[in-house]
Amino acid sequence: MMLRRFVWMVGLAVLLGFTVVLPARALDAAAVQGLASDELATRIEAIDAIAAAGDEAALEILELLYNGEVYVTEEGQVILEFDEIVDAVTREPLDPEPDYYDSVIVNNLMRGNLETAMASLSLLSEDRDTRFASAQALESVEDSKLLPVLSQALDEESDAEIRAMLAQTKSVIELASDDPEVRLAAAIAMADSDQRRVRELLAAKLEKTSDGEFIEPEEEVRLAAEESMKSIDRRLMLIDYFGRFFSGLSLGSILLLVALGLAITYGLLGVINLAHGEMLMIGAYATYVTQTIFKNHFPEAFNFYVIAAIPVAFCVAAAVGVLLERTVIRWLYGRPLETLLATWGISLFLIQTVRQIFGAQNVEVANPSWMSGGVEFMSVVMPYNRIFIIIFSFFVLALVWLMLSRTRLGLFIRGVTQNRTMASCVGVPTGRVDLLAFGLGSGIAGLAGVALSQIGNVGPDLGQAYIIDSFMVVVLGGVGQLAGTVYAALGLGVFSKFIEPHIGAVLTKILVLVVIIAVIQKRPQGLFALKGRAVEA
Amino acid sequence: MQAVLKEGVARAANGDAPDTSASGIGEGEIAVPHTIPIQYAPKTDPLLSPVGWTVLAIFALITLVIVPGLFVFVPEESPFHVSAYTVTLLGKIMCYCIVAVAMNLIWGYAGILSLGHGVFFALGGYAFGMYLMRQIGRDGQYQSDLPDFMVFLDWKEYPWQWAFTDHFLWAVLLVILVPGVLAFVFGFFAFRSRIKGVYFSIITQAMTFAFMLLFFRNETGFGGNNGFTDFKRILGFPITEPPMRATLFALSAAALIGSALLSRYLIRSKTGRILTAIRDSESRLMFSGYNPLGYKLFVWTLSAVICGIAGALYVPQVGIINPSEMSPANSIEIAVWVAVGGRGTIVGPILGASAVNGAKSFFTQSFPEYWLFFLGSLFILVTLFMPKGIVGVAAQVRKALRKERMSEQSG
Repeated sequence: MMLRRFVWMVGLAVLLGFTVVLPARALDAAAVQGLASDELATRIEAIDAIAAAGDEAALEILELLYNGEVYVTEEGQVILEFDEIVDAVTREPLDPEPDYYDSVIVNNLMRGNLETAMASLSLLSEDRDTRFASAQALESVEDSKLLPVLSQALDEESDAEIRAMLAQTKSVIELASDDPEVRLAAAIAMADSDQRRVRELLAAKLEKTSDGEFIEPEEEVRLAAEESMKSIDRRLMLIDYFGRFFSGLSLGSILLLVALGLAITYGLLGVINLAHGEMLMIGAYATYVTQTIFKNHFPEAFNFYVIAAIPVAFCVAAAVGVLLERTVIRWLYGRPLETLLATWGISLFLIQTVRQIFGAQNVEVANPSWMSGGVEFMSVVMPYNRIFIIIFSFFVLALVWLMLSRTRLGLFIRGVTQNRTMASCVGVPTGRVDLLAFGLGSGIAGLAGVALSQIGNVGPDLGQAYIIDSFMVVVLGGVGQLAGTVYAALGLGVFSKFIEPHIGAVLTKILVLVVIIAVIQKRPQGLFALKGRAVEA
Repeated sequence: MQAVLKEGVARAANGDAPDTSASGIGEGEIAVPHTIPIQYAPKTDPLLSPVGWTVLAIFALITLVIVPGLFVFVPEESPFHVSAYTVTLLGKIMCYCIVAVAMNLIWGYAGILSLGHGVFFALGGYAFGMYLMRQIGRDGQYQSDLPDFMVFLDWKEYPWQWAFTDHFLWAVLLVILVPGVLAFVFGFFAFRSRIKGVYFSIITQAMTFAFMLLFFRNETGFGGNNGFTDFKRILGFPITEPPMRATLFALSAAALIGSALLSRYLIRSKTGRILTAIRDSESRLMFSGYNPLGYKLFVWTLSAVICGIAGALYVPQVGIINPSEMSPANSIEIAVWVAVGGRGTIVGPILGASAVNGAKSFFTQSFPEYWLFFLGSLFILVTLFMPKGIVGVAAQVRKALRKERMSEQSG
């Protein structure tokens, strides 16, 4: 076994062109024996001694120790248990096998030491992911024992990202050094960091002790620390703004999707549909049903159920919308307050129906695998499902815009919006246009339901949470065209997310409401109102 | 058109009454010779018809004397005894009736559909609830001067909004002031920019939603999602004892009678006529030289205050107030009470609120899962088939019968 290990090591060394020289020596028997001690301090020393050897065998035994698979016999011999029981150092089978042995006790303190030791050992691994993970694990460790291994790793590391991480860790440790030169270099190097923790460390350097003395005696180091701190602050602020902008965009695109359908039914037809939220819910449940069908019948195509759910949700929601228009809403045109009450009744009805069919609990809609995870940009993780929704909402927006501006139905809808009587006079079948437009608005709500099912819970009350927000968007954006809705949705989304970190989510909602009322003071028809005759219609 | 509109508004803003003598066009007839006295308004109806007074007297007798009497003085074994459950339920429904009357003032007469009346109701309840919490004293679970939820959240003293709430009169003042001031400020900005119709409804709904979220927070100092409960006494009298229950019941009845008479009085007055004009054609009213802002604001604030009083009477009777009272759904439900009973009438809202809430307590006990179906259908059917509510049904039936008879005669 030792021979094989040796050959492997030599092969590796040749392979890497002798750049990596792992000291291929056996474990230090004295160090391993220390693990059998009853004293915690001795055991910790033993861990450090084993780690200092810095070879594969050391990593292996530390990992075994971490998992509680290193044992001690009653005589104090450290053993391992593979197929048979062997000595930890020599790997010779024990003969006779001991009757009784116990695993080495690892408490939390030791576990911390072990993690650091293991991470520092795997810093020299050839696998990039392993090195990356260990560099990450070491980022928050401030232990001068690490300096030699960090320096060695920095010399050998070729990956820029890992190098940067290691350099930061090294500077953080060196900042506590006794040598002012080293401290100065560290303080300057820390300017490249984007970590709040590093900034705190630098800030601590600038403070005074209770007797008025600076903690950092060297003025030069203090100046460098201050400079670095400013640079970190700038970077942190940029990252912060970018993060807020992204989540604002994400919220805005959800609002846009949710409000688009409403912009058609309310904005264009003037129908107040309080059951709009329930159209979202129906879309989300349609997604759930599609998912279940895929799971049971086409498990191999499960990843594409979302694509299939898009037309399904559109059709189901549009069908429900058309049914409602024919049975209830048609009779209430021109009586907006009654429409409001009747559609609220419809929404209660739909909620209870869904509760009866699917139960009152939330149902689980799983993300397809290509939508889980995310991409990191400027230290901000952008989840794929959010990115999907942003793209999806602009896709739907483009479709709606094309439909309204390029098709015959769109022309009719615009005509009826601008002047119903005139449109009717020149032969536009206004009744049918109303029906189709209402169906379209509901269908778009169904599409929004697909998107919502990918980011949140799907339950009977899903729609209630969005109905007020979506009306706010339409009211703010102004009635009668789509552009206002787009600006209002994205504007509200980004505005909310920029305010939220300062005053909290609830106050943000209230502030948004106040802002909307204030805006309406100046522009009673919304920010982007139609001008001319259509205004008072 | 714009110019005329602006002039009209400007005149009204200057406080000029519409100049009838100069133009010859007043509120009454056109171009009347000066020798004949001008009749500015038609003869006003009496406050209530004789039948109306009789019904009122009977209602007052039952709610102020008979029910409380039977509840307090008749022993429990007697078949004539009214149970505490019934008294609480009826008291609760009467509070809802007051809310319906208030809603009718603003929606039925002025045509402004508010979806924020649940907030005013709950605010009145919270204002009085603070007093009730103070009255618990050290009898709470933690035996502290502070209410239990504050001890639980590790608060050391009362936050500013609780100042003076241990005084009964201040609490009563708060019940009126808090909803009143909120409604005034909100209404001023909304009506000033001529937000009307559905726009107004949606804005009030958003306000309701914002308030609900606010009151769900612990740091606002109103008990978070648990709200206030475990009340012990009012003015030192234990709250669950029959005399106190009977008093609250009778007070609710008195408030209901008072608010109904007040709304009837208001509607008969000149202000009431202008309110109905706002409902029927606001633009025309403005062209006639009136500025609707003051009238709308007045009736809106009054309606909110009445709601607040109803809330203050409601909370000690049901023994709890929490933010779910502010949910937008509750506010819309108030509208359906009025719609079911009949908008723009005095009796309608009261009938509607009683009927819907009676049905609610029946359904939620017997068939809880069908309540939403019932309520949803009620919304749809009433708006589609009973635009004038229960009160209007008789007229509708009569009309239908007459039509039938006519067609029989002609056919």
